[in-house]
Amino acid sequence: MDNSLDMQFSAGDKDLNYVGKRTKRPDGVDKVTGRARFGADTRLPGMLYGKILRSPHAHARIISIDTSKAEALGGVKAVVTRDDFEDRESEFVPAGEMMVNYRDMVRNIMAREKVLYDGHAVAAVAATSVSIAKKALKLIDVEYEILPHVIDVCDAMTPDAPVLHEDLITEGVDPVPTKGSNVAKRIEFKLGDVVKGFEQADEILEKTFDTKPVHQGYIEPHACLASCSESGSADLWCSTQGQYLVRAHCAKLMGMEISKLRVTPSEIGGGFGGKTVVFLEPVALALSRKTFRPVKMTMTRDEVFRATGPTSGANVRVKIGITNDGKITAAEAELKYQAGAFQGSSVQPGCMCAFAPYDLQNVDVVGWDVLTNRPKVAAYRAPGAPISEYAVECVLDELADRIGMDAVDLRLKNAAKEGTQTAYGPKLGPVGFVEVLQAVKSSDHFKAPLGANQGRGIGVGFWFNIGGETCVSMSVNEDGTLTLVTGSPDIGGSRASICNMAAEELGIDVEKINPIIADTSSLGFNFLSAGSRTTFACGMATIEAARNAIDNMRARVAQLWEVPVESVIWENGAARPASSNAGEFDPMTLPEIAKIAPKTGGPISGHAEINAQGAGPGFGAHMVDIEVDRETGHVKVLRYTVVQDAGKAIHPSYVEGQYQGGAVQCIGWALNEEYIYGDDGCLQNSGFLDYRIPLASDLPMIETIIVEVPNPNHPYGVRGVGETPIIPGLAAISNAISDATGLRMTALPMSPPKVLQALKQAQA
Amino acid sequence: MSKYHVTTTVNNDEFEFLCEPTQTMLDVLRDELNLTGSKEGCATGDCGACSVVMDGRLVCSCLVLGVEMEGKSIETIEGMADGDDLHPLQQKFLDHAALQCGICTPGVLVSAKALLEKNPDPTETEVRYWLAGNLCRCTGYDKIIRAVMDAAKEMRAA
Ligand code: FES
Ligand code: FES
Repeated sequence: MDNSLDMQFSAGDKDLNYVGKRTKRPDGVDKVTGRARFGADTRLPGMLYGKILRSPHAHARIISIDTSKAEALGGVKAVVTRDDFEDRESEFVPAGEMMVNYRDMVRNIMAREKVLYDGHAVAAVAATSVSIAKKALKLIDVEYEILPHVIDVCDAMTPDAPVLHEDLITEGVDPVPTKGSNVAKRIEFKLGDVVKGFEQADEILEKTFDTKPVHQGYIEPHACLASCSESGSADLWCSTQGQYLVRAHCAKLMGMEISKLRVTPSEIGGGFGGKTVVFLEPVALALSRKTFRPVKMTMTRDEVFRATGPTSGANVRVKIGITNDGKITAAEAELKYQAGAFQGSSVQPGCMCAFAPYDLQNVDVVGWDVLTNRPKVAAYRAPGAPISEYAVECVLDELADRIGMDAVDLRLKNAAKEGTQTAYGPKLGPVGFVEVLQAVKSSDHFKAPLGANQGRGIGVGFWFNIGGETCVSMSVNEDGTLTLVTGSPDIGGSRASICNMAAEELGIDVEKINPIIADTSSLGFNFLSAGSRTTFACGMATIEAARNAIDNMRARVAQLWEVPVESVIWENGAARPASSNAGEFDPMTLPEIAKIAPKTGGPISGHAEINAQGAGPGFGAHMVDIEVDRETGHVKVLRYTVVQDAGKAIHPSYVEGQYQGGAVQCIGWALNEEYIYGDDGCLQNSGFLDYRIPLASDLPMIETIIVEVPNPNHPYGVRGVGETPIIPGLAAISNAISDATGLRMTALPMSPPKVLQALKQAQA
Repeated sequence: MSKYHVTTTVNNDEFEFLCEPTQTMLDVLRDELNLTGSKEGCATGDCGACSVVMDGRLVCSCLVLGVEMEGKSIETIEGMADGDDLHPLQQKFLDHAALQCGICTPGVLVSAKALLEKNPDPTETEVRYWLAGNLCRCTGYDKIIRAVMDAAKEMRAA
């Protein structure tokens, strides 16, 4: 956005009434009374229930699908299979700022030639009750030819591995392979000369790490309700991080015009990146189009684990050289990320972020995008970054030990700052990494003593944050209240932050603003609620829309006062003469202007349609104290502090909430969560009992320190805060375990049996 | 499949419904009685999003059959506020920003209320263990625990 400069001011320059305040959340009451409607809470008369038949095999060719018995069952109204979805070209096309391949998408929502993972959708049924739909699934005969499968990323890269897509030719390697393989892509980011850099090093350490796929673990399973009309138009209600991309994908897959499909987002029960993809939605639409009845579909938890998400598991080699006084001279990494059954893992951002916290001369990062017989990965908060930065932060910690330097000092010495040339491209603008590290050092936690079998670790994280396409509209209502219409699903209290900014601009009571999140037909395109963009980009558009509404109100008043519009200014919620030269007029408040709107030209509103640029990178550090039980291998988290640069915390409670929630997701990822596959390639822990996410009883309070180094590209300095908090914790916990035991574990999760085994091995 | 006729009380209202023998109380609440405040996060008793109180006892409604509601008195999230007068727990959850997405919130509130009725002065550890059956993926529990402790304090003073 080109007017960002004149929108800017330093937050400290002005007394702020709402920005930075812990205001009431507009959607709060409905969420504590059970009134708020989530994905599975909407019903329509005549509704059918859809259910999906899923593959019991990790890899198999589909010989035939016979649905006749299911179709004959009373109460079954429609069955769909691969034949009901038109095939698409293999090409990556933009969808908002993402690239998607509809050939893969159509195969992921419904298997075609082969099933590629345990849980892959094979057919779907719509029936008058859930129990009939379930019975019908059992009547569908699928004949499979079982094929060998591959689950591990390194195995999948070997020449004799079973190949998922025979026609997949590796991109980015020279010479171009003549044969298909599971390796979709090689990418590389280089800066300087690592060979020279390693020559200058006094200490060099190289280590390889393994991480397991983990699921986003949102508590609300995917759910939607589709209703196709005989007119060719359709309505879709669903739980999503982006109703406009659901519309784009479904319209494409269904061969519909975009304007004919109206997608209404429900309240969303957690997403973390996992609800940026369509799974059920096109299937429900296809079933509804066959029956012209509304079709509701919800996933079970088992389906959520087997067929959605997760993030990549990976194998990461990191090599870093430093001088004896702690200067990093060279950094090298090779990242192998699982993409699941279709290409497109988060290896690219993983590569870009790996060494981004540091100001380095010589960097070489190579990434591989690798297919395996697992569900296609989806974004999970700062996709890719936690894995690569985990490995880097572990190696750095050991290097600090070797040269006898404090781990925070080592990071301070090499910290990225304004002007740092990143290996992935841009030079950094103002960033708050040094301030974050200094806050770590001056915290009470940093100085607190530790007991026996206890250890302390730190880790840091970098994430880009994004802006993107955003529309906001606000109406000044007849009674002087405001309706604020945004198109960004609220995944963690963003409505409150957006209203704070609108109230600040307009100078009115925040409770006079009522926000709604629009369906796709009521407001122009908005990119996803993802990339930590909502408070940044939707906030920026809200500010611009408010300023537009103010300009419109100033014009109305100028007309009344018969003065030029420049003679009217807006201050404290009212139009006032710019100076005594403009004439003697009593200020006119917003409600006064609203009341006489019919006489001054009709309804008053404000709009903004922007493509927000200039999101500020977010840096954070986590510090954790743990205790290792040497008899059981159990690691208890005793104390945890998150320090992160928010730029500006528009609503501090929800910023803290992002920090705390991210930290606990780190704890789960580091200590317990993993996808466990049997030899048959089937997932063995597809429920919350066996895939155990952190419980209240596992945890201490999560302390937070909000650092504010304003982003100059946002009027209030916002950076975006949602993703960085899931990065630093994996290494922080690993470093803490190493501090407590002297052992470096190089695989996640560091669950009790694995810690116990490592302790035993060390003793032997 | 023949259905069973069941008479039950939910939030002091008497209801009659027909239910299949395999339907759970959660299915009945949501699909037959349109009380969608209780959420399904797992349907296997692991997440607590469906928590309700049945004859004074905290249960996962996904683990109780609809037919077992016969003659019972059920309390759900929809019965927690008195008109627009929020229960202190509900108010404290708003004050402390103890929810992000809010999908776990009904279950956590029902469960926390049951705790405070048994133990009006719980320690932090007691609150953490009582709520161990209620998964929250968004908040890291910090603000939830603070809100419950604060509500307990206010309710003791009242
Ligand atoms: S839905 Fe009942 S415990 Fe999860
Ligand atoms: S607030 Fe989202 S699961 Fe608890």
